[in-house]
Amino acid sequence: MLEVVTWAAWAVSAALLLWMFWDFMSINKNFSDDVLVSSREGVDDLFGEPGDAKRD
Amino acid sequence: MSLEIAQAQPKQIQLLKVLGPAHIWALGVGIVLVGEFMGWNYAVGKGGALGALIACWVIGLLYTCVAMIDSEITSTVAAAGGQYTQAKHMIGPLMAFNVGLYLVLAYTMLEAGDVQVAGQLLQIGAANFGYTIPWQPFTVLALALLAFINYRGVFMTLTVNFVLTAAAFASIMALVIGTQPWNPGAMLYHKELLTALPYGWIGVLASLHFGIWFYLGIEGTCQAAEEVRSPGRALPMGTMLGIITLLIAAALTWYVCCGLLPWEYLGWDNTLVPLYDSAHVTGVPALIVILFVGTLFSAIASANGCINDASRAWFSMARDLYLPIWFGAVHPRYRTPFRSILFLIPIAAIFALYIPLAQVITFSILSGLLNYTFMPINMWRFRRMWPLGSIKRGFEHPFHPLPAIVLFVLCTVTFFAVYLGYGRQLLAMMGFYIVASCWFAFHRYRYVKRGDQFTMPWPRPVGY
Repeated sequence: MLEVVTWAAWAVSAALLLWMFWDFMSINKNFSDDVLVSSREGVDDLFGEPGDAKRD
Repeated sequence: MSLEIAQAQPKQIQLLKVLGPAHIWALGVGIVLVGEFMGWNYAVGKGGALGALIACWVIGLLYTCVAMIDSEITSTVAAAGGQYTQAKHMIGPLMAFNVGLYLVLAYTMLEAGDVQVAGQLLQIGAANFGYTIPWQPFTVLALALLAFINYRGVFMTLTVNFVLTAAAFASIMALVIGTQPWNPGAMLYHKELLTALPYGWIGVLASLHFGIWFYLGIEGTCQAAEEVRSPGRALPMGTMLGIITLLIAAALTWYVCCGLLPWEYLGWDNTLVPLYDSAHVTGVPALIVILFVGTLFSAIASANGCINDASRAWFSMARDLYLPIWFGAVHPRYRTPFRSILFLIPIAAIFALYIPLAQVITFSILSGLLNYTFMPINMWRFRRMWPLGSIKRGFEHPFHPLPAIVLFVLCTVTFFAVYLGYGRQLLAMMGFYIVASCWFAFHRYRYVKRGDQFTMPWPRPVGY
């Protein structure tokens, strides 16, 4: 019984990792890198968009 | 086909802003609470039960300063990367690169230790029923499951952490109530078990190293700054409530364990789980089960939060070209830094499966301590460059510069305490960061866009 649980742990781990790998490959294939790395720092709810606040 | 894909693609993908104060609390306390269930007890081995209590208070003061400073700066510099992003704005690229590495290493090593413990706990649980099972499959399963949750979105990740952390905290409370603290002598024997300092004050000093376990990781709340709906409110509230929770949990943990177990056993507890062992001593089956589940949940919650934080720090460094930009990608559907998450998982797996727990955690503690030493300098510069009133702050911590000074002094003392027990590891770690700094300064820095480093819409700093 415990041997089955041990093998099930390996199997579930493999399934999860394979799914992530499949999704990772699929995203890399269907989206250009320019879009995927387009995130920019500095936009937040406290201050709004950069440039909204008064600058010296 | 390629035209259709191009038309369907958004122009910019940001991390999702979906988190509230409860998630911040769950992230900070979730990473740390495992330290109440194991590890802190080595402070008892170094300084005795009273020495560990002093370490609990002194290191508690250190982390209260960390939480106050973090609450002010992070609620103002609301971007993923936490202290890394702060260092970039307040000090400069080389400091930021080092702080980023401290963060990634501290969280990845802690994550490795957590999943190793989770696997070994299941092995211990099975052994209690007379079965022998390997721990490795369950360590890998925990890592894969948590990676999957992190990959699929931050809201679910930290909601799960909230449930796990609340349950783990409740298990400590259950043990406290179960030991009848209102009836001294029924189960708790502080009068008989609390001895004088067995190794004197040098033992107390050495115990500071392991006192860090009570609180290590509360500064991780900063990493969620870019994903909270209201950074000015959620970050200070979540962080300050987090440190209050931990101070209570640390005091209760010390009180129960030191009232149930003699310091000679507690300080050298080879099964690594003092709260679970304390539950065994009570002889109450329900408490034994509750504490087993609480210990397991705390380890899983800690690993979960660490995956979240390590990936955000790595992602932020890549987004600024401190590392290859490829790691700075955001998943278009789940809005998570999916490449950073997946890249760090095999590293954590290798450390979890092949490196002893004490070594892994020591790497984490040393990196964390270097990060705390940077914080007072960061705070000092933040208030000097942008004095109160010059920019909008989400939170202003009181008594500046006292917390910064206290934090710096306590970090210096704790470094000495670490040197007493882990001098070689400390020097090796410093060597690693010096080599990494050389690599950054002489090779990687040429790729960094210097004009893009400052992203906050603030006025020019005083003196510039």
